[in-house]
Amino acid sequence: MHEMSIAMSIVEAVADRARQEGCARVTGIELVVGRLSGVVAESLRFCFDAASRSTPVEGAELSIEERDAAGSCEECGARFPVESYHASCPSCGRFRVRILSGEELAVKSITIE
Amino acid sequence: MCDTCGCSPEGGAVLRKPGAEGCHLHIGEEAGHHHHHAHDGHSHSHGHDHGHDHGHTHGQARKVEVEQEVLLKNNLLAERNRGWFEARKVLAVNFLSSPGSGKTTILEKTIPMLSGEWPVAVVEGDQQTTNDADRIHALGVPVIQVNTGTGCHLDAQMVQGAVRELELQERSLLCIENVGNLVCPAMFDLGEAARVVVISTTEGEDKPLKYPTMFHRADVCILNKTDLLPYVDFDAEKCREYAMQVNHHVEWIEVSAKTGEGMDRWKAWLTSRLERL
Repeated sequence: MHEMSIAMSIVEAVADRARQEGCARVTGIELVVGRLSGVVAESLRFCFDAASRSTPVEGAELSIEERDAAGSCEECGARFPVESYHASCPSCGRFRVRILSGEELAVKSITIE
Repeated sequence: MCDTCGCSPEGGAVLRKPGAEGCHLHIGEEAGHHHHHAHDGHSHSHGHDHGHDHGHTHGQARKVEVEQEVLLKNNLLAERNRGWFEARKVLAVNFLSSPGSGKTTILEKTIPMLSGEWPVAVVEGDQQTTNDADRIHALGVPVIQVNTGTGCHLDAQMVQGAVRELELQERSLLCIENVGNLVCPAMFDLGEAARVVVISTTEGEDKPLKYPTMFHRADVCILNKTDLLPYVDFDAEKCREYAMQVNHHVEWIEVSAKTGEGMDRWKAWLTSRLERL
């Protein structure tokens, strides 16, 4: 379950940043998770509780903003929303889609004290 | 828990070298790794000291914009690996698949095909055992096993640690056999130049649709065990079509590592990449 590694990366990155800011505790984290990022938000929440235990991040409120994905067709140039990597162009029906967004997996902000 | 020295690397990976009994290394979270040799009576601590202070005062809460990739640390390390490989003209290839699709057999057949032309070294990733590394070691090429313990994938730090223990030659091939898993390893850049995903005819032809992230991020898709096609309900053309729908840039190569059928095409792909080093 890679969400555990992801959760541990978040805890580490966020704790480092809080330390740089001279703060001992993180009380909130805003994450951006694209629909094509390969991360399941629910699993991530579950793992985050375990990964943050006994760290300065323990108890922090995790808010996850899920971002929709978009692609463009390499054949006809149309732009459209996509649900997965298995996406066809709604205009020409071809499966030659370039992914434009939706792969984000980032910490947007933290609340520290 | 480590069965050689009894210490607990808390989920960290362990490196093992076939033919070097008792020598293993831990890759920890906290600044690198340390060597253990059997019976040296060492003592050490895994300094998981996060230095947090519970006696803090509740000050003013404030929000800090971070805008940082979650996997930044892994990605930076992967870029370091990539630069290191490029400087030494090493072609690093990350092999991914479900367990049992024949990654190790493909490597066992590929290595003798290249021998004399291109030096090869191998990093093997598995949760436990050195079985795969032992198979590669028998071919006489440098190999190191990464045991990820409970981990379901290799990451850039593990590869960095493993590569330090291999004496890589200039203008050579480094095969990194990832943990058998079509989900998690897709997320972790190791610094490789190419990703090769292997699927076999004993699996379902809809694997590319079920695990699109893995197939989307691959450079090559090898269909293995084509010698079994007459005996299994596997539609190779359909599988190729699905793979191309998820990733229309993917190179599709059909082989039977067992009989050698199609392996010339695979070798041609590899040597064309090696010649560009």
